[in-house]
Amino acid sequence: MAMTEQRVSYTLDSSLETIDSAEEKATRIATELGFGDDEIMQISMAVREGAVNAVLHGNAYAADKKVTLAFERVGEELVITIRDQGPGMDLSKIPNPLAPENLLKTSGRGIFLMRSFMDVVEIRPSSTGTELKLIKRVHGPTAGGKEASQ
Amino acid sequence: MSMKVGSRQVDGVTIVDCSGRITLGEGSVILRDTVRDLLSKGNKKIVLNLADVNYIDSSGIGELVSAFTTTKNQGGELKLLNLTKKVNDLLQITKLYTVFDVKDDEAAAVKSFK
Repeated sequence: MAMTEQRVSYTLDSSLETIDSAEEKATRIATELGFGDDEIMQISMAVREGAVNAVLHGNAYAADKKVTLAFERVGEELVITIRDQGPGMDLSKIPNPLAPENLLKTSGRGIFLMRSFMDVVEIRPSSTGTELKLIKRVHGPTAGGKEASQ
Repeated sequence: MSMKVGSRQVDGVTIVDCSGRITLGEGSVILRDTVRDLLSKGNKKIVLNLADVNYIDSSGIGELVSAFTTTKNQGGELKLLNLTKKVNDLLQITKLYTVFDVKDDEAAAVKSFK
């Protein structure tokens, strides 16, 4: 796949391998789009955290449930969509990981990290699964710089 | 690159040299097993040397927190040494930098134990 195409999507199993694979795909595509090193790390980590949520908390490793991962270049934005087939999530029950009483909890930081690293994070839970949309805008001279310099 | 650990003793303190990735799955499990094994053998002064840890995800962060609290609950102390910029940044944005005792010099880390 090359991101000269506008959109690419993958249907993946609910496995640990999917999490590593999603991260690798994100790293490759962000690199192809010319994002800087820090942004590539942020995008790949956000996708990894989104894939962890889909595989573990959404599909709960169920063999008959899939994770759909899509990357789309829309103008100056990289739009990433991750869908699972789980029972949906209650966003009101996600604690603030920065609250003093939660600092020593061993989980619950994934969505916070995604929000820290991406420009837009939208979570749409439903009874047939959760759709996560991550958007990273092309910033500054680094992203897209390779193409511009040619 | 998966995670690798090796431990050594310096003046009664166990230095755990970690390298690779601390992420959901193998990396987190290796860290958990290593710390539990040390504690079970009475090694309660632990320094995690993260100089060669180039990547950590939220599960890995959770594992560091777990290692810290498990050690503390058993009357020990666990400190972090030589954070890479990526790991340092993650601990800053999650406010865990204020929780962990973070050192950047091994000799000073060893001396800092009571």
